[in-house]
Order: sequence, then C-alpha cells, then structure tokens
Amino acid sequence: MHETDMTKALILTVRNWWESQPDRPNITKIHLMVGQFTCVEPAGLQFAFEVQTRQTFLENAALVIQDVPLVAFCHPCQQEYQPEIGRQYACPTCQAPMDDIRSGRELKIDRIEYDGAEVGHLTPDPATR
Amino acid sequence: MHQTFDVALGIDLLHVNQAGADHNRAHFDGWGITCMNIMSSPGAGKTALLERTLAGLHQELAIAVIEGDMTTELDADRLRQYEVPVIAINTGRSCHLDAKMVAGGIHTLEHQYDPHALDLVLVENVGNLVCPAEFEVGEHAKVALLSITEGEDKPLKYPIMFQEADCLLITKVDLAPYLDVNIEQIAANVRQMNPHCTIISVSAKTGEGLEEWFGWVRSRVQASPLTKTHTHA
Ligand SMILES: Nc1nc2c(ncn2[C@@H]2O[C@H](COP(=O)(O)OP(=O)(O)OP(=O)(O)O)[C@@H](O)[C@H]2O)c(=O)[nH]1
Ligand SMILES: [Mg+2]
Ligand SMILES: [Zn+2]
Ligand SMILES: [Zn+2]
Ligand SMILES: [Zn+2]
Repeated sequence: MHETDMTKALILTVRNWWESQPDRPNITKIHLMVGQFTCVEPAGLQFAFEVQTRQTFLENAALVIQDVPLVAFCHPCQQEYQPEIGRQYACPTCQAPMDDIRSGRELKIDRIEYDGAEVGHLTPDPATR
Repeated sequence: MHQTFDVALGIDLLHVNQAGADHNRAHFDGWGITCMNIMSSPGAGKTALLERTLAGLHQELAIAVIEGDMTTELDADRLRQYEVPVIAINTGRSCHLDAKMVAGGIHTLEHQYDPHALDLVLVENVGNLVCPAEFEVGEHAKVALLSITEGEDKPLKYPIMFQEADCLLITKVDLAPYLDVNIEQIAANVRQMNPHCTIISVSAKTGEGLEEWFGWVRSRVQASPLTKTHTHA
C-alpha cells in the first residue's frame, strides 16, 4: 500500500523536474536508490510505477532500482559490517549494538536519463497535469 | 542517432512528507506542545495505553489525542470520556499516518480548541508494524509498543520502528504467566539495533510499569523546546 504513496511522490518529483525543463525531454530511465533497511519492496514499487505511469509523460520511462545494502559502522572495532536483516544487527565481531548506520536507509531519486533526439518533439501541455 | 542525457537529482522520495512534518513540528513548538507518535502492530494496546495515560496524567498535563484509527471512531469514543480533545482523522485505507493527515488534525485542534493551553499531543498511528516509522508526522518522540503475545522475534523481523523508537513499551505483561515468552529477549533484540531506547514493561490491565511510563512522558514534556516563535506563513 505505501508503495503506491511512494510512487506518487516519485512521479510528482519527476514531474516537477520535467515541467521545469523548457523542452520537456522524453524521459527514458529513472534511477532510484532503495535501501534494504526501509519499508519499501522494490517489486511493489515497480508494479505501482507501471500502473501509475500508463498514458502519462512517463509511459516510456523505465524504473531502475538500485538496491542499497544495510551497512553499519562498529565504533569499538573501527570497521564497517553488514547486519543480517531479520536475524542480527549487533556487530558480529564484538556484539556491540548497531549504532551508526552508514547506508541502507536511502529512498532517493538518484538520476534521470532522457533522450536528446526527442527534444522539441513534445509539446508541453499544461492541461494534462 | 539518439543522444542520451543524464541528470543527477539526488532527491529524497520522502522530502514532501518530511517538509510537512517539519511544518507540523514548528506549530507544536510554537504552542509549547510536545508531540508523541504512538506506533505498534494492530491490537498491541495503543488505545488501552492512551486510556490509562489520560486517566493518570490529565490532571497534571493538558493532553489532546489525534486518533488515526483506520475505519471507525471506536477508539476515539473510548478516549472522549476523559474530557480531553480527541481528534479522529480519516486515514482512508492508508496503512500509516503521514504529515498531511496529521496537519488536518492540527487544523481542527487550532480552530476548535486552544492549542496554547496544551502540553502534550499523543498521536495514535494506524496499527501496522511495517511502515508508520517511515513517515514522520511532526513528533518530538516516537513510542513503539510490542505486546508480549507477538513473539520475541518481531523487532528483528520488522526492525525500522524499533530502531527509530525513543521509547519501547513491552505491553500486556500481565499475560506473561500464560505464555512462553522471554521478555528479556524482546528487550535485548531491540537493544541490539537501538541501544539508546528507553524500554519499559507495562500492563494496561494491572497498571504495572505505568508510573515509570508517566515519568518518561513527564521528562519528555519538560525537555521539549518551548519556543513561542512560529508564525504561520
Ligand atoms: N491482558 C491485557 N490485555 C490488553 C492490555 N492492553 C490492551 N489489551 C487488550 O488488547 C486488545 C487490543 O487493545 P487496543 O488498546 O485496542 O489495541 P490498539 O493497539 O489500540 O489496536 P488498534 O488501534 O486496532 O491497532 C483489547 O482487547 C485490549 O483489552 C493489557 O495490558 N493486558
Ligand atoms: Mg487503537
Ligand atoms: Zn564490533
Ligand atoms: Zn504504509
Ligand atoms: Zn501551518
């Protein structure tokens, strides 16, 4: 369910960018970073994206999801480790609690690819907002 | 030939909700209100805890409740008997509260009550272990509940809420004699991902642990910033 909300937020953000571009380029790929330590299921996002972009300016855009693993830093050991989500979060070496998450919480639009040859072919139409 | 362009955005998907939450928090700060976001799986005892909390603290703290009960007004009705403002917000079929929904509740609070007179707003989130912690609503503290009937492994399996909680209430401890549950293990599982969390075992039925919980609430209300500076643009 929240994948639907997340996708709405995604589309809104990309639309804001797209509408700020004078030539309304043809977006071909949206690169999204999804941390493993979030509530978001990449498959659910893909599905919601497909459904919600039908017959919109993003119809031809692919959603590329980059999984970002959970990485924590153990201060006693002065080293990074990857907690085993669902099983163990403490440092496997010294058992210190997970206290410093370095990555894995991302839900971020990293970058957008768009098609230069199409530039100018699209007529901006504010009525289709 | 097509030429492909690439633009780096680096925009957080939740930035709109985050901005809404910051705005809500600024309102609370302006009114001198501490806001707590109460989260758990369905039926862990959020409403029972709120009833006990209102009964125990409404004489010394001016409290309001924002109730995110999914479909009914049942929970709100249980709480109104304490004669504190109880604002039920319609969450539709959403599996969590977000900042915008709570902003609607704040709006009601502002227009039907005197928010300056309040000390504490308790927000009962939608019963769900997975995603409420991902959506800030403008709270100063997150309180997670886990009932002992849910099993020791739940913090490991659904870690985000427990990792983000400022206080964990292990609820329904009156049922311990009837269950094969290791309460220390629940606490240890939460500590391994959140060493700074205050952990209190409570029973809304017998009252066990409630004084300690009230003490934590008091300390948080006093610790909150009481800046009366927010002006609404
Ligand atoms: N034995 C016992 N039962 C409790 C306790 N707290 C709550 N319950 C019972 O657990 C059930 C659910 O409690 P609620 O307070 O409605 O739980 P909730 O988290 O508000 O539920 P939702 O809002 O539907 O997610 C009710 O039947 C309560 O009477 C407790 O401390 N001990
Ligand atoms: Mg309830
Ligand atoms: Zn270590
Ligand atoms: Zn949700
Ligand atoms: Zn406002």
